[in-house]
Amino acid sequence: MAQHQVKFGNGLPVALTTVDKIVNWGRSNSLWALTYGLACCGIEMMASGASRYDFDRFGTIFRASPRQAEVMVIAGTLTKKHAEFIRRLYDQMAEPKWVISMGSCANTGGMFNTYSIVQGADRVIPVDLYLPGCAPRPETLQYAVMMLQKKIRREPANRNRNIPQKRFI
Amino acid sequence: MQQANRLRPFFENLAFDRQDNQMVINFGPQHPSSHGQLRLILHLDGEQVIKANPDIGYLHRGMEKMAENMIYNEFLPTTDRMDYIASSSNNYGFALAVEKLLGIEDKVPRRAKIIRTMLLELNRIVSHEFWLATHALDVGAMSVFLYAFREREWALDLIEDYCGARLTHSAIRIGGVPLDLPEGWTGNLANYLDKVEKAIKNDYEALLDENRIWKMRLENVGIIDKEMARSWATSGIMLRGSGYHWDLRKEMPYEIYSELDFDIPVTDKCDSYGRYKLYMEEMRQSIRILRQLIPLYYSSDSQLMANVPQYISAPKEQIMTQNYSLMQHFVLVTQGMRPPVGEVYVATESPKGELGFYINSQGDPYPYRLKIRTPSFFHTGILQDLLPGYQLADVVTIIGSTNIVFGEVDR
Repeated sequence: MAQHQVKFGNGLPVALTTVDKIVNWGRSNSLWALTYGLACCGIEMMASGASRYDFDRFGTIFRASPRQAEVMVIAGTLTKKHAEFIRRLYDQMAEPKWVISMGSCANTGGMFNTYSIVQGADRVIPVDLYLPGCAPRPETLQYAVMMLQKKIRREPANRNRNIPQKRFI
Repeated sequence: MQQANRLRPFFENLAFDRQDNQMVINFGPQHPSSHGQLRLILHLDGEQVIKANPDIGYLHRGMEKMAENMIYNEFLPTTDRMDYIASSSNNYGFALAVEKLLGIEDKVPRRAKIIRTMLLELNRIVSHEFWLATHALDVGAMSVFLYAFREREWALDLIEDYCGARLTHSAIRIGGVPLDLPEGWTGNLANYLDKVEKAIKNDYEALLDENRIWKMRLENVGIIDKEMARSWATSGIMLRGSGYHWDLRKEMPYEIYSELDFDIPVTDKCDSYGRYKLYMEEMRQSIRILRQLIPLYYSSDSQLMANVPQYISAPKEQIMTQNYSLMQHFVLVTQGMRPPVGEVYVATESPKGELGFYINSQGDPYPYRLKIRTPSFFHTGILQDLLPGYQLADVVTIIGSTNIVFGEVDR
């Protein structure tokens, strides 16, 4: 992280870095996720938080409140009846916030091309990462979180959603 | 400041006829312990629930309508996404209904029946472990969640070895099973059964049975008396927890359950704690069934799919060598099987209760109407009768103890 190390006499070592880097280092290593288990993928999301795929290693802890969460993992089928709530919860999350769309249903509607399904969660809220699979394995979700960490580290720290971002991934 | 790209929140115009000192709270649909997308509108007097309205439909995917536009084999993977905790039990319910419609349920080979029963019971263990994990987590016991998920992952490993999928198996097809068990699978299964039997005794029950908090939260909470259980059409453990001795595996045996030796645990306690004991006991019975199935598997022939070439594709060797079999196979793949005109209702005992499929066939490759009778739907309805009178904190316990899955409720 540190770009330059300068040592003055016998005092403490001094590390120099940019604000962007240190802020993003903190953000990317403590991604708290909002529990958003909508359907089958929610079960795999729970499994990735449980014993074998221990998500705490990545600094990802599932939170029940949108106020405490940074990343929303949309795990499952988004129906038109639910779409209003997902937008409301997304708006309640504090900036900076990211969205992972987990599974085919959340990406594109998947196999459920019916009258009641939103054909892709990105019609309602902006999505940062799309995760293919039906249902994606917990390893896939962990990989997605690692990709998101990579993405966060390359963004400016004072990012603003209203300014169009350059796409990195 | 109102941002331009934000949706303006939309509130439903629900008419609440409320007294002055009552409070209306909205529970869900996005709530960590609402087991999916259950929305409850609770009227509270202090902390006591006066009135509860379950609101469902947040996971309605239109599966019954989808079925009308799909050939029978196409619809099978969709049934995975209903009760996504125990997928094979849905696959089996649908496959058995179609087999009854075709009249080929006796032609399913014995080895396929044994493998199906193995998968069903393994799914029952997975489902009950998942229930225990989430229920304990909702009530506040984190370590049980971690222990139960550990054993669940081992069971999923076995299923993954067999069919390659963790969650959505599609491992039971119409007319049999597609694959034989891989080498060494039964040995792994026997090891797993020993492990899970120990875990039930040493981990789950040791942590919960005499746990003061667990007993205080569960005992005398969610009492479903006999009359209520009948009038709300409950099934499965919700029914057996109220003292009815009713299990479709015994009452209307399907597969090879009539040959197997197992008990149906029943309790008269009617509360959440009694149901918790039943879940533990059912897991033990599933272990007992699986142990009996392993020797039966080795004494069976190796045929896996029913030999009915007009409905189910013939074995690959036959398709590759005989012209007529190839033609039949081509028609089955491109157009789908055409069952005779008629209707059928088949109920099976899924881990949650009675799972029934009603199929109305007009002789087309597509069902004219397919209705799914899922147990969780009825167990959601009972909440409006069950919750009033309990404290707000008990709501979570009661929802957990009904074991509802929303893929199944809304379809």
